Amino acid sequence: MELAVSEVQPGIGQSMLSVRIVKRVAGSARQGFELRADFDALPGTTILFGASGAGKTTILHCIAGLQPPDEGSIRIGDTALFDSALNINTPPNRRHIGYLLQTLALFPHMSVEQNVRYGLASVEPAERERRVSEILESFRIAALGERRPGEISGGERQRVALARALVTRPRALLLDEPLTALDAATKARIVDDLRAWNERFRIPILHVTHDRDEVFALGERMIVLENGHVVSQGLPHDVLHRPELESVAQLAGFENVFDCYVVELHPEQGTMTCRITGSPVELEVPLTRVAAGRELRVGMRAGDIMVATAPPQGLSARNVIAGEILSLEQRDVMVVARVDCGAVFEVDLTPGAVRSLGLAAGARVWLVIKTYSCRVLQ
Amino acid sequence: MIVQAFALTLRLAVVVSLILLLVSLPLAYWLAFSRWKGKFLAEAAVSLPIVLPPTVLGFYVLVALGPLSPIGRWYQSLTGHGLAFTFTGLVIGSVIYSLPFSVQPMTSAFGSVDRTLMDASAILGASKWRTFWQIVLPLSFPGVLTGFVLSFAHTLGEFGVVLMIGGNIPGATQTVSILIYDQVQTLNYQVANETAGLLLAACIVLLTALYALRRRHGWSVWNWP
Repeated sequence: MELAVSEVQPGIGQSMLSVRIVKRVAGSARQGFELRADFDALPGTTILFGASGAGKTTILHCIAGLQPPDEGSIRIGDTALFDSALNINTPPNRRHIGYLLQTLALFPHMSVEQNVRYGLASVEPAERERRVSEILESFRIAALGERRPGEISGGERQRVALARALVTRPRALLLDEPLTALDAATKARIVDDLRAWNERFRIPILHVTHDRDEVFALGERMIVLENGHVVSQGLPHDVLHRPELESVAQLAGFENVFDCYVVELHPEQGTMTCRITGSPVELEVPLTRVAAGRELRVGMRAGDIMVATAPPQGLSARNVIAGEILSLEQRDVMVVARVDCGAVFEVDLTPGAVRSLGLAAGARVWLVIKTYSCRVLQ
Repeated sequence: MIVQAFALTLRLAVVVSLILLLVSLPLAYWLAFSRWKGKFLAEAAVSLPIVLPPTVLGFYVLVALGPLSPIGRWYQSLTGHGLAFTFTGLVIGSVIYSLPFSVQPMTSAFGSVDRTLMDASAILGASKWRTFWQIVLPLSFPGVLTGFVLSFAHTLGEFGVVLMIGGNIPGATQTVSILIYDQVQTLNYQVANETAGLLLAACIVLLTALYALRRRHGWSVWNWP
């Protein structure tokens, strides 16, 4: 997308999206579920992260006005979109918020161009046509103008939906896992489009995603939601590198997460020994403020584990665990080994390493794990 | 005689199905989207003419339109004559009688429109009114068309209600089905046969056209994955 500096709208970048809401979700399956969202989204991209059922979509629906919160307020800058105390509940069609629904919700009976033009009914015709052709151009969908959504590819549909939301110049943008179904190359291009658009308009963007590449590529800030509550927020780098929360741990790529209990504390060394529940495997992990016997979870990345074909010696790493390779599986350019040590570990290897070590299913190996590669999760 | 009856029947069916279109669109919209808890009562009331014998329905409409009811008196004071045994009375009775045939296909068509499309429309700034005309109606067009054609066809062939409300006045209330009955009563099988055959052909043509149209429509509009 081309950047026209002169077109940056003054003033638009100063409005912040403030969400302070309580919503009780009725219904038999989730009786008593209460969503408490309390956060500010500054202009720029804020990642909203949480396991499914954590309440992300409900928050977006409340902001867009599709569902009313029970209490609280939602503001953009000085404008209240919802305020239970003041009895304000602006209907969705007057909130001027862009929302890319998970299903995209392109109108199937309209052409691409009609879809994009739909939100500009109140814009005067010359300006409307200018904006439509500009956005079709910048999202590289101008050639699709006459086609119906059913006749274009998934990536193209995604771009059309994004263009349709952005062409209205919304005051805030909500994205509900917009890129999950796309291949890596298409995703990367849309991420670039989004980033360029964000630099140009600087509005609050709330982006729901599970994908760590998206988090790092787009996220300026990050909010972690669990059971309807904000449990962590900050810079994506900080949130992801302090993965005490299990939901974050999975996002941060902890392929190995084990239930353990604390066997012994070594405060003088800053470590403690934990045993993986139901196995003889003991791990030395960084010390946390817990008592012996306490149950906790330990996570480690598959890429942080080394494999040796003989018992290694003279290593600084404190955890050396003997095991047997169960299977080797090629994934992209990597080989994922599953190793049974009493508990099953997942280990990433390069194809070169597999070849030079002559690894195969059934081979006896030793896993080497540094103490600080083990993360204690809450 | 046959021509006069056909012209009257056609006029009745056109007027009734057009009125029903106007009545059914908002009613079906309300039935499809209202969150009112007592909605099932309205649904039952709308469906009533399907199960009720036409004579029962006709009888009550006749009483309601007659000089003893407030409606009948009000109409009499306005026009100087009663509603019973008139074309207007016939229209009122037929509208009630054919209501479910028009409302039900439209309600189910509106109800099957993807709600997220309506949400998307609202988020893009469209009022409920605009969302209805540009999203809901085009996407449920086959259902609306079905409702319109069914109410038309149903009015063409109705008998019991017409007999109760309209009687058998050539040019005013004698519809094709009444004419057939009348001819059979007087053992005039030749005329009855011609009239019945014509009506049968008309209904077959109408329904065939409807389903052919829906099918073609199905291929051009519903190619959404």
